[in-house]
Amino acid sequence: MNGSPDSAELEALRLSLEVAVRSVGFSLPLAVLAAWVLTRARFPGRLLLDAFVHLPLVLPPVAVGYVLLLLFGARAPLGAWLRTQFGIQLAFTTAGAALATAVMTFPLMVRAIRLSLENVDRGLEDAARTLGAAPLDRFVSITLPLMLPGILAGAVTAFAAGLGEFGAVITFASNVPGVTRTLPLALYTAMQSPGGDALALRLAILSFALGLLGLLAAEFLVRRVRRYLGG
Amino acid sequence: MLEVSVLKQLGEFRLDATFTAPTPGVIALFGRSGSGKSTLTNAIAGLVAPDSGAITLDGEPLTDVGRSLFVPADLRRIGYVFQDARLFPHLTVLGNVRYGERRRRNAPPLIGFDEVVALLGLAHLLPQRPWQLSGGERQRVSLARALLSRPRLLLLDEPLASLDVARREEVLPYLVALRDRLSVPMVYVSHQFDEVLRLATHLVLLEGGRVLAEGAVEEMSLYPELQSIIGPDLVGAVIEGVVTRVSPDTGSAELAVGTGTLHVSLHGAQPGARVRLQLLARDVILATQPVQGLSVRNALASTVIAISDDDYGAALVRVDVGGAIVLARITQDARRALKLRPGDAVWTLVKAVSTRGHTFTLAAGS
Repeated sequence: MNGSPDSAELEALRLSLEVAVRSVGFSLPLAVLAAWVLTRARFPGRLLLDAFVHLPLVLPPVAVGYVLLLLFGARAPLGAWLRTQFGIQLAFTTAGAALATAVMTFPLMVRAIRLSLENVDRGLEDAARTLGAAPLDRFVSITLPLMLPGILAGAVTAFAAGLGEFGAVITFASNVPGVTRTLPLALYTAMQSPGGDALALRLAILSFALGLLGLLAAEFLVRRVRRYLGG
Repeated sequence: MLEVSVLKQLGEFRLDATFTAPTPGVIALFGRSGSGKSTLTNAIAGLVAPDSGAITLDGEPLTDVGRSLFVPADLRRIGYVFQDARLFPHLTVLGNVRYGERRRRNAPPLIGFDEVVALLGLAHLLPQRPWQLSGGERQRVSLARALLSRPRLLLLDEPLASLDVARREEVLPYLVALRDRLSVPMVYVSHQFDEVLRLATHLVLLEGGRVLAEGAVEEMSLYPELQSIIGPDLVGAVIEGVVTRVSPDTGSAELAVGTGTLHVSLHGAQPGARVRLQLLARDVILATQPVQGLSVRNALASTVIAISDDDYGAALVRVDVGGAIVLARITQDARRALKLRPGDAVWTLVKAVSTRGHTFTLAAGS
């Protein structure tokens, strides 16, 4: 195995956190946009887009990872273009693990944000209109702050779920120690290794604690923000 | 001048309203709930696009469906005070009040920040958040926010409807003060006739999405259809007069009304003040002969103009009191006993105390 058991755990933890943070950072603006489009915009094909956004919830994660590989693999058209144009490689990298995690947690995030957007009182936006706020100004100064509970809830839930994403990550980014071997991948590897039971248990407990902490933090944050908004 | 002609189909409901009202002044949109007041107001604000029609404010077209013209609400400079205040919950009172002001830096100001804060008594509320305010305070903040957005027309959609009587009385004087202080025209939506009496100059009567009638408040108070909307007990002629004498110790005043003099209950008015009062038709007594030994302070020589049956089994008599028109509700029995006919000379009797609470100062005197 690679290094001492201690460093394997810390490394997996650090990687999991990094992947989750990057995935949330990458998908949050897109999730807000998707939530807005799905809630407010009326256009043909909205239902199809809605279904497409939610697809990762029902697809086998391995299938999602496989599709990503087909799109962003080293020899795939998009992957090759990204590498030659920007020097970005996604397959088998930490960034790739983050992308796979982002795709998998995207529906969770969109759902939470959408729920909060549906609760935003359109009357307040009308009031802002009469006070001289143009559409983008209105969105930034009124709608977005009022969506904050949902955005926070979505981000923290996606973050907590992202810590544990397995199937899509291992398929698209593989199981490279120190690069893509996040907590669940390390746990899986430990379980497969002779004499890895103790490490597996420690990693499982760590995952459990982290998930619980994430969900509690989400609830706490949302309550704080709601109180701030006087809800 | 505010010229409005709006056609809008909303499901089963059809708004088909046309009116022209003078500006500046307070235009009351008066009618029962569901008569189309709010839709009409939203059309003026630019929050609702009419199916057809046009809206013009002081010669400038805001909406003209025929010419595909629709000025967006954020560019109209029409302030809107909503029934439910609609304060932004994530901002403080100060943040709310400054919201519109910040966005209209280039428009001519209507009133300064300090003056609004003083006039509406907001100084101690500025750091608070909307959920900490009472209903009346919320409406005052909403009013300040709209005024500071530098509007050239102010829409008030039943700003007092969600308040209890005490809160209503808390906010009404502020509205009166604003009307007297500012030259901005206002559209005041209401279904409470006393609010109209205290604030409005022009009355547009709405019913079932249509304008029944419109005109000056005095003229409209005689309009027969008004009775079916406000009920028989609130029907009464609105007349205006000038205070000629006051007796501060007894709380009474004398008004010059038409060519006559009317004794009323009125506190705090100065001679020269312009006053509007409503003489409730049920409080007005008619006599065919001069009366003596009565406590009634006003016995005015007058002439019967017209008599009509009202919807409640009584008769509504319209009399001319020295140029002012007054309504009296009498029973059919009394009408027969007095043998009243148009052209008859009668004495119109009005108790001074019956004017208490129905007399309002329009403009202060000397």
